[in-house]
Formats: sequence, structure tokens, C-alpha cells
Amino acid sequence: METLITLLVGVLVAVGVYLLLSKEMLRMILGTAILSHAIHLLLLTMGGLKKGDVPLLQESAAEYTDALPQALILTAIVISFAVTAFLLVLSYRVYQESGRGLELRGQKDE
Amino acid sequence: MITVLLAIFIPFIAACLVPFIHKFLTGRRIGWFVMAVPLFLFILLLRLVPSLSDGSTYTYTFPWIPSADVHFSTYLDGLSMIFALLITGIGSLVVLYSIFYLSEREAIGRFYTYLLLFMGAMLGVVLSDNLIVLYVFWELTSISSFLLIAFWYHRKQSRYGAKKSMLITVTGGIFMLAGFLLLYSMTETFSLRELIGMREVIAADSLFVPAMLLVLIGAFTKSAQFPFHIWLPDAMEAPTPVSAYLHSATMVKAGIYLVARFTPVFAGHATWFYIVSCVGLLTMIWGSVNAVKQTDLKALLAFSTVSQLGMIMSLLGVGSLAFASSESTHVALFTAATFAALFHLINHSTFKGSLFMVVGILDHELGTRNIRRLGGLATIMPITFSIALIGSFSMAGLPPFNGFLSKELFFEAMLSLKEANLLTMDSLALLFPLVAWIGSVFTFIYCMIIVFQSFLGKTPEPFPGQRPAHEAPIQMLVAPLVLASLVLLIFFFPNTLGTYILGPAMLAVYPQFESLNGLVPEIHAWHGWKMPIFMTIGVVLLGVLLYRFLRYWKGIYQLGILQWTLDRLYNTFLLWMETTATKITKTYMTGSVRDYVAYIMLFFIAFLGIGLVGIPQFVFDFSKDAPIEINEGLIVFVMMCSSIAILFARSRITAIILNGVLGYSIAILFVVFRAPDLALTQIIVETVTTVLFLLCFYFLPEWRVERKSISMKWRNGLIAAASGIVVTVVALLVQGHSFYPSISVYYESASRLAGGLNVVNTILGDFRAFDTMLEVLVLFIAGLGVFSLVKLRRKKGADHPEKK
Repeated sequence: METLITLLVGVLVAVGVYLLLSKEMLRMILGTAILSHAIHLLLLTMGGLKKGDVPLLQESAAEYTDALPQALILTAIVISFAVTAFLLVLSYRVYQESGRGLELRGQKDE
Repeated sequence: MITVLLAIFIPFIAACLVPFIHKFLTGRRIGWFVMAVPLFLFILLLRLVPSLSDGSTYTYTFPWIPSADVHFSTYLDGLSMIFALLITGIGSLVVLYSIFYLSEREAIGRFYTYLLLFMGAMLGVVLSDNLIVLYVFWELTSISSFLLIAFWYHRKQSRYGAKKSMLITVTGGIFMLAGFLLLYSMTETFSLRELIGMREVIAADSLFVPAMLLVLIGAFTKSAQFPFHIWLPDAMEAPTPVSAYLHSATMVKAGIYLVARFTPVFAGHATWFYIVSCVGLLTMIWGSVNAVKQTDLKALLAFSTVSQLGMIMSLLGVGSLAFASSESTHVALFTAATFAALFHLINHSTFKGSLFMVVGILDHELGTRNIRRLGGLATIMPITFSIALIGSFSMAGLPPFNGFLSKELFFEAMLSLKEANLLTMDSLALLFPLVAWIGSVFTFIYCMIIVFQSFLGKTPEPFPGQRPAHEAPIQMLVAPLVLASLVLLIFFFPNTLGTYILGPAMLAVYPQFESLNGLVPEIHAWHGWKMPIFMTIGVVLLGVLLYRFLRYWKGIYQLGILQWTLDRLYNTFLLWMETTATKITKTYMTGSVRDYVAYIMLFFIAFLGIGLVGIPQFVFDFSKDAPIEINEGLIVFVMMCSSIAILFARSRITAIILNGVLGYSIAILFVVFRAPDLALTQIIVETVTTVLFLLCFYFLPEWRVERKSISMKWRNGLIAAASGIVVTVVALLVQGHSFYPSISVYYESASRLAGGLNVVNTILGDFRAFDTMLEVLVLFIAGLGVFSLVKLRRKKGADHPEKK
């Protein structure tokens, strides 16, 4: 399972980076969102998957899943949400101010 | 010893206070407060002179950065004392002079702040024992000199001169620092005293010569030695009090101080003698020859300072031979050279200081320093003329002024080379006195130019200056008068100075001597018909002759070799550096964000990729993997497909929905991986994000299908694929290794430690509550940003694009 998720992380990172390198701002924002998905999964995988019970303390459980990555990811999800929201509004504002669509300056051959 | 610490810190404290006190002591009255600082320190230091002449020294240490062996340690001995007295003594006079020199309209507060900053830094240089502390103060003098030269920063020439001096002296300082570090690597100490004590260890080390060269570059740049002297003439753009103080009396002598200080460490080596004395003599003759052709009096004085500094430097070089010879008569001859260097150091400060002040007076009263426009001032300004006469004749080496004594000693030292018979080539022993003599002839000529071309002769028409010329106000004359009387006093009582001030300094340069016996020669104005007096007579005769016929041979300055200047080299080099730097920067700073993202990713790939290459063997351990069930595999497959599909989405709505698929699939994975809190948060956030995307689309235009060139696609694709591969490989490697036990077990006692049963919640709310609080702050700031971007009113006149 861990290996499979790691491969998924690799694919997501590649997609995220490719989007980040594109010219259109919306694609870049999507890229950051996908990159953060990838990193969340990576963090979770590092703690080991399906190794114990849900980290809610109870008498019946013998072993619990690692709670630390979960706490980290929880923070990261919220922050990446904030970043995405801010970037979206920023691109809206850029469009409003410049009125030139949402493309960044590119090379001559594009 | 508290006095020494006071001496360093009082100027800095006063510099901080100047802007505040300037509010109460308005106008030029602030100068009196500033003048009290060096005067007080001068008296304080003067009180220590008797005990220093008994051979005692004062040290004080407190740890600053002990782990790096850097201590704030001060050390006051005879050598430091000479410089400290010059800094405070000349400093008092210069401040007094500047009170009446500067106009009330100038930024006087700023001027005195810089001046006090310099004073503190310079005292720090000469009183520090620790080399790193010395270096810090050394660079601080460069910075304050930069600020003072650029005091009239609206002038282009001032800015140019300030930059030039800064570049050259700071570069030299960095070389010097490298030398200090080499010394540290040999001896494990930054303390000057300990270094001097370990000079056998240093002499035996293979790094001896590099360290010596590096330290010398620092000293030569600061003391304007050839070929680094080019900054000093341009530094004359500073106000005249600054030129008198920094660029003739104190700062440029920091290099002399350094050479004298390091003489015991390096002097045993012949290279030291050759470099110091040859560079010194070359500087002397170059400076004096160039001084003759100047028409600006301040530029003339600047070249003369260069020349005089070279003379002192060469004397120190000859003095270093005392370490190489064993015969006591020879040792006495060479120590006399160092004695002459220190003696001339003081003399130079007195006569050059007074000459600068005279030039300042001329500039102040007539508005010009050009000797072609001056003349016949002797009858109008008799006191100024007398001071100029005393200063110039002393510099020319004529009796009855102190310059005569030190010039005689200089000739004697140069002649002693032959008698000692230490040089490998006899011709060199002849060449040294000859060069010294020619340099002195030119010195004589430019001294005559100062006196006769500006004060005697015809009064030029039209007379410069708006108002009729008259003698300077008495307040401006006090400081140069004090210096001029010192010139005379030292001539008549040189041995008092020798015993009390120079003697202890000699002990600092020659630590192998137990007492002053044999170190301090008796100075006589007359010592019989010997070679030095013949040389002086020769200088006067030839000098007068050449001066009379100056206009006939001045044409040689137009010759090719003399037209070629180091200045031009400096300017060309600087220009070349600027254009090349711009060219290089422009190749990668394209202004396109995408390129910068590409750089970041490429660095990431290269950095981690190289790290991976270094790993001896790749061990992938899949044995601990959890089993994969069908439904989980299906989700992962869906995610992979949808993420790749995003790349090919034709409309943005497809991309958003695919991104939503990714987000919700991750939520399901969180459920599978026993992370209920994450699943809940992910579902909420994903929903809100998707709504936000859709909302924004209402306002934003549809995206265009990317039309990239093939090469661009390949570039981006390769970078993306490589990033993915690197992340995967690193992650897999990490999973195969476990070096440390997990710390997570600690949090499983959450109910006891934090009173909660949900471990994730206790981590966020109790164990790492501060993190969470700051995270809320981040959210708050992001919210503010969103709000202000949406609500901020658009600039007036800017139409909404849709209306166009």
C-alpha cells in the first residue's frame, strides 16, 4: 500500500509541477493545490498506513495509527486552503487591473 | 584599564548624542560639544604618558565571542599611544577649525556625527589587541571616511571619490582579514601580543609569506601606497577639515601603524624588507613627482601626503633589518630608521595639518584653490602666509623646523644600508639613497610652489573672490597656529619627544630589547659635515635651480608614459565589471515567473539527485507494506487518471471537477487510513475550494488552450517528470530505513497529559497549541488579504476592462 501511494505521490508531484510551469495563472493555482495534495499523502505515508486503530483513545484498541502526521496534515490542509483562496482572489484582481486575461509573460515562440 | 575603554567608546556615545544635543546647541555651537570629546581624551591619555615611558602597558579584556576566540581586548603601549595622541590631539584642533570653516547652512550635525564615528573607530584600530576587533574598527574607519568624503553628496566628484576610496580600502581590508585568518591557523590566537610572542612559530610556517603579503596589501591600500594611492587625491573632495584629519594625519597612517605593529612578527624575513622599503620609496618618488604638476593646492597636498607616507613606509622597511643583523652597531643603525619613521610620523601630522588648514583658509576666503589664480597674498594675509611658510619649509626639510631633523634621519637611514653591507647587491645600497634624494628634490620643489606661487608674485587680475580679500578670522587661525608652533617647538626640543613618546613606541616595535638603552638615538640639529647635510644642501641647490626653470621642463609631464595613469585603469576596470555583471545577470533574470519556478525545480532535482548518487546502495524495503485491497487500488487508479487528465483538460470547468475528484478521493483515502479528522476537514475544505473556484470563474475569462512550442513542452515535461521521480525515489528510500524510533508514542498518553481522547485534537489544541494559534493568524492574514483585494477601491480613472 505504501509503495502504491508513493507512486501516486510521484504522479501528483509531476502533474503539479507541470501545471506550475504553465503560462496561465489558473493552471498555476491548480498546480499548487495538487502539489499540496501530494505532500499530504506523502506525510501520511511516512507515518505508516493501516498500522493500527484510529487514534481515538479507547480501551479495546491495542495499537494506534501514528497521530503526528495527521496533526501536521490537518494544519497543512487549512493553510493550503488559505493560499489557494488568496491566489484566486489575487488573479481576479490582476485581471481586473490589467484586463489582459490571466497569462504571464511568455517566451517569444509561444 | 578603564581609560582605554573610555577612549574607544566615548566618541561613539557622543556620536549618538550629537543629533539630540544639536536641538539645543543649534548652529555651529554644537562644535564646542564635539571638541570637548577629543580634548578630554587627549588629556586623559596624556596623563598616562609618564607611566608608559617607564615601560608599563595597559591591557583590558572582556569576552565578546569566546567560542571563536574573539575578545574585546584593548592594549595600550607606546606605539598605540603615539597614534592615540595624534587622533585626539589633531582631532581637537580640526574640530576647532571646522567650527568656523563650515557654513551654518551645512548639515553640521551629520558632519560631526560622522567625524566622531571616525574618531572612535580609529582609536579602536590602534587600541585593539584582538585582530578581529581591529579588523572591525579598520573597516569602520573606511565607512566613516566614505561618509565624510561624500559629505557634499550632491557633487558628482564627491560621490566618485567616496566610492573609490571605499572600494580600494575595503578590498584591502578583506585581504588583511584573510591574512589574519592565516595567522590564526598558524598560532591559534587572534591576540597581537601573543602573536608577537610566537614569532618563531610563525616564521617557521609555510604560510608565513602569504600571510605577510595579505597583511601588507591591507596596510598599503589604507596608507595609499603605490599602486593603491589613486584613491587619496580623489578623497580631497571632502571638506578640508576632513582632509586634514583623515587623509593626512590619522586614517592614512593606519597602514603605517599596521606595518609597525607587525614588524616584530614578520621582519625577520628578507621579503618584508624588500617589499616595504621598495614600495615605500617608489611611492615617495611617484607621489612627489606627481605633486609638482598639480594646479589644485589640495591635490598637490594629497600627492605630497602619498609621498610622505611612502617615505615613512620605506623607513620602517629599513628598520626591519634590525631583526636580521646580529652586530650591535648595525642594529643601532637600523633601529634608528624606525625611530626616524615614528618621528617623521608626528612631524608630518603637524606640518601637513597646518598646510591643509591654510589651504582651507584660502578656499574659504577666496573661493579657489587653483594656484594659477592665486598670488601676492603675503601682504594681505600675513599670518596665513607665515603658517604656510613654516609648514612648507618644514616639509621641504629646512631648518629650523622639525622636518629638517627627520629628513636628516631619513638620509642617514638610507645611507646606513651601505655601511651595514647586508644587501646582496651593492648597487641597491646605492640606489636607495639616490631615489630618496631625488624624491626629496621634488618634495622641495612642490613645497616652494605652495609658498611662492600662492603667496608671492603678482596678484592675478581679476582677483578671485567676490569681496576684497583679507586675513582669516582669528578663530580659524588658532588651530594652524598651534600646529605651526609645534613644528618649531619640536625642532628645538626633539629629545623630550624622543624620550617620552617615541621611546616606548620603539620598545613596542622591538620587543627583544629589554630597555630603552640604545633604542633612542639623541637627535641633534647639527651633527658635523657628514653625508646627510651634503645631501640636504644638494636638495636645496638643485631644488632652487629646478624651481626657477620649472616652466622650461614642465613639458615632460605631457610625455606618454606620464600621461598613462592608474586612474584610467581603475575606471576601465570598474566599467568592465559593471557591464559584464549586467550581461550575466540578464541571461537568467528574464522577468518571467515561469523561468524562476523552473530554476527552483531544477535546483531541487539537482540537489536531491546528486544526494541520491552519493548513496552507496539503494535499498527498497517493501516487506512492511500494508496489503492493498481492491477498492483502495481503484481509488488510487482513479486519482492517477484524473490528475493526468487535468493536463489535457480543454475547459477550465473540467479541470476544476477533476481537481475536486482528486480532493474527495483523498478524503476517502483518509478514511481508509484511519484518519477521521483529516477526512472531515478535507471534505469541508475541498467543497469550499471548489465553490471558490467556480465563483471566481464567474468573473474570470475562459482559459485558452495552451499553445506551447514543442521544445517548451519537452522542457516543462522533463522538469515535471524528474521532480516526480526524485520525490518518489527519495520517499521509497526513506520508507526502507528507520534510524530513530517514532516519537508519536508519547502522544498516546494524551488522556493523562492533556485530558483528551482524540490524539490529533490534543496535539493541535494542547501539545502544539502555539502552532495552531499562529496558523489561525495565517488564516486571518489571508482573509484580510482576500478582503482587501476584493474591496480595495480601484484607482481613479481606471475603467473596468469589461466596459471598454
